[in-house]
Amino acid sequence: MSTRPVVAARPEEITTVTFDSTMEERIADVLRRYPTKRAALLPVLWLCQERYGWISPGVMQAVAERLGESPAFVEGAVSFYTMYYTEPPARYVLQVCTTLSCAMCGGRELVEHLKGRLGIGFGEKTPDGSFQLVGVQCLGACGGAPVVQINDDYYENLDAGRLDKVLDELKGRS
Amino acid sequence: MEAVLLRARGVADSRAITTYLAAGGYEGWRKALSMTPDAVTQAVTDSELRGRGGAGFPTGRKWSFVPKDHPGPRYLICNADESEPGTFKDREIIEHDPHQVVEGVAIASYAIKATTAYIYIRGEFVRWANILEEAITEARARGFLGRNVLGSGVDLDIWVHRGAGAYICGEETALIESLEGKRGFPRLKPPFPAVVGVFGKPTVVNNVETLACVPHIMNRGAAWFASIGRPRNTGPKLFSVSGHVNRPGVYELPLGVTFREIIYEHCGGIRGGRKLKAFFPGGTSAPIMTGDEVDVQADFDACAQAGTMLGSGGIIVLDETADMLDVADNVAHFYAHESCGQCTPCREGSDWCMDILDRMLAGHARPGDPDTLLRICRFSSDGMTICPLGDAYALPISSIVNKFRPEFEARIAATTPLAQKKLPVLPWAGPRPGFGV
Ligand SMILES: Cc1cc2nc3c(=O)[nH]c(=O)nc-3n(C[C@H](O)[C@H](O)[C@H](O)COP(=O)(O)O)c2cc1C
Ligand code: SF4
Ligand code: FES
Repeated sequence: MSTRPVVAARPEEITTVTFDSTMEERIADVLRRYPTKRAALLPVLWLCQERYGWISPGVMQAVAERLGESPAFVEGAVSFYTMYYTEPPARYVLQVCTTLSCAMCGGRELVEHLKGRLGIGFGEKTPDGSFQLVGVQCLGACGGAPVVQINDDYYENLDAGRLDKVLDELKGRS
Repeated sequence: MEAVLLRARGVADSRAITTYLAAGGYEGWRKALSMTPDAVTQAVTDSELRGRGGAGFPTGRKWSFVPKDHPGPRYLICNADESEPGTFKDREIIEHDPHQVVEGVAIASYAIKATTAYIYIRGEFVRWANILEEAITEARARGFLGRNVLGSGVDLDIWVHRGAGAYICGEETALIESLEGKRGFPRLKPPFPAVVGVFGKPTVVNNVETLACVPHIMNRGAAWFASIGRPRNTGPKLFSVSGHVNRPGVYELPLGVTFREIIYEHCGGIRGGRKLKAFFPGGTSAPIMTGDEVDVQADFDACAQAGTMLGSGGIIVLDETADMLDVADNVAHFYAHESCGQCTPCREGSDWCMDILDRMLAGHARPGDPDTLLRICRFSSDGMTICPLGDAYALPISSIVNKFRPEFEARIAATTPLAQKKLPVLPWAGPRPGFGV
């Protein structure tokens, strides 16, 4: 697999956000799918996360203005869902499943290994900004336990050795 | 059993529309378009198809609840949230045969006279959302979707809508709220979605697997479908099996096979030749079954009779090495994390269970703990909450306490009176065992 790195805009780069014409086109394409503007909120936030790497207060403000919602409404939704990054993420976000099937089939050992190798705990980033470790709930791939999602891609049937190889490869590219 | 829903698994280039068409794809859609919507609904009713998303509600009946005389638009939603722990079957269908889902969505939309359908897919499933988008684009290019489908005068658009990480958005009213752009807070029912659903309009929500059955019912007839399985529990069913088995994976079998057959024949038995201790028959929201109950049939009615539920068909197998307190604790962590927080018994109760179990595992088990857990669970089941997530954490935890009580008692007996007393804060503010999340 060729997991795509996250390239996150730095905080100072997106204090105020103005959508360019490409973004406007994409937003218009999303809006025509729904009878209300509000329903476009999640898809538009996805577009923004793809574009800017994360959902900054500036992005929330711009989305609110574009959809005719208050910034508080947008922030309320953003904070409800776990997948929108509210701060710049590392290039590779390692989302380790901690739910039952994975926990029972090697997931715990995998987490210990990762914490040791990267020297970080859940919720932390390596100092060079390459990797971030996140404990997540069931990824819907339990037959392949233990499972780790790296950015958009699933890696299944892992053990320390296989995961090390994946990380070495990603590290080499970043 | 002949493969039906998974017939494309292992076929070269199985996702392409050409492959699907060569295998008779979209014939069911053509056939449906030649019938009246009511006749389509009747065929699905006759097949006795029951929902594969968890509750096992008769699909034809659900469709018939949409008010006939409603003037405005109505909507069909395909639930691809697939978040119940132990469940990974919808992904398997989409991976190998996305057109089956698109065709099922099309037929169901026609049956309820919807001209717009949404497939709500969990945010993590980026790959599978893209696969569905591609399939929809292919189907539209061939005239199976869009304006005036196949010259029938019927219009139909299908849109893929990605969630963003929230188990509760699998619950149909939370899904509807989320699709409307809001936080995924379940709605109080009634009104049911069939009457007031998304954007205030009549809406049917069906699971991916349920909809994937529909083209086959159209093609091969309701009687053929009903001949698989047993009465009231008809059709092929996908079982996701994970945990301590030799061959975990997705298996397609007729409803009514025994859990023994699934675990020992199809999945090759327990890893390392160990003994089966317990299993969840339908995701972690279903009450747990002990190894002695393995001869129960895997279908809706047999599971209900055995005091549990088939749920999504996600079977999690636990061998004799499993520590049942640890299992209960892992389950409690999941629901405490995923409770949306609207109802006190669910929000607080799931947290309390997690705290108590964490504390017991950390060596501070107290004599009253099992009963306290049962009491908390009682307050969160049987309609005490807005949505069934209240039951979904209470039932597995109380069933583990009831069926494996000696393990809890042993833990209490092993705790010294001093450790029992030395509680910094009640119930627990110490380090978390397990993953610490
Ligand atoms: C907490 C909770 C989570 C649920 N998660 C899902 C899910 O991930 N996928 C799904 O299809 N149904 C899920 N359901 C069931 C849906 O509410 C709904 O009943 C189902 O999608 C209806 O489809 P069906 O009639 O085809 O089974 C969930 C229900 C609850 C209470
Ligand atoms: S039962 Fe739990 S998840 Fe369901 S609405 Fe109430 S608090 Fe939310
Ligand atoms: S338990 Fe890890 S993917 Fe489901």
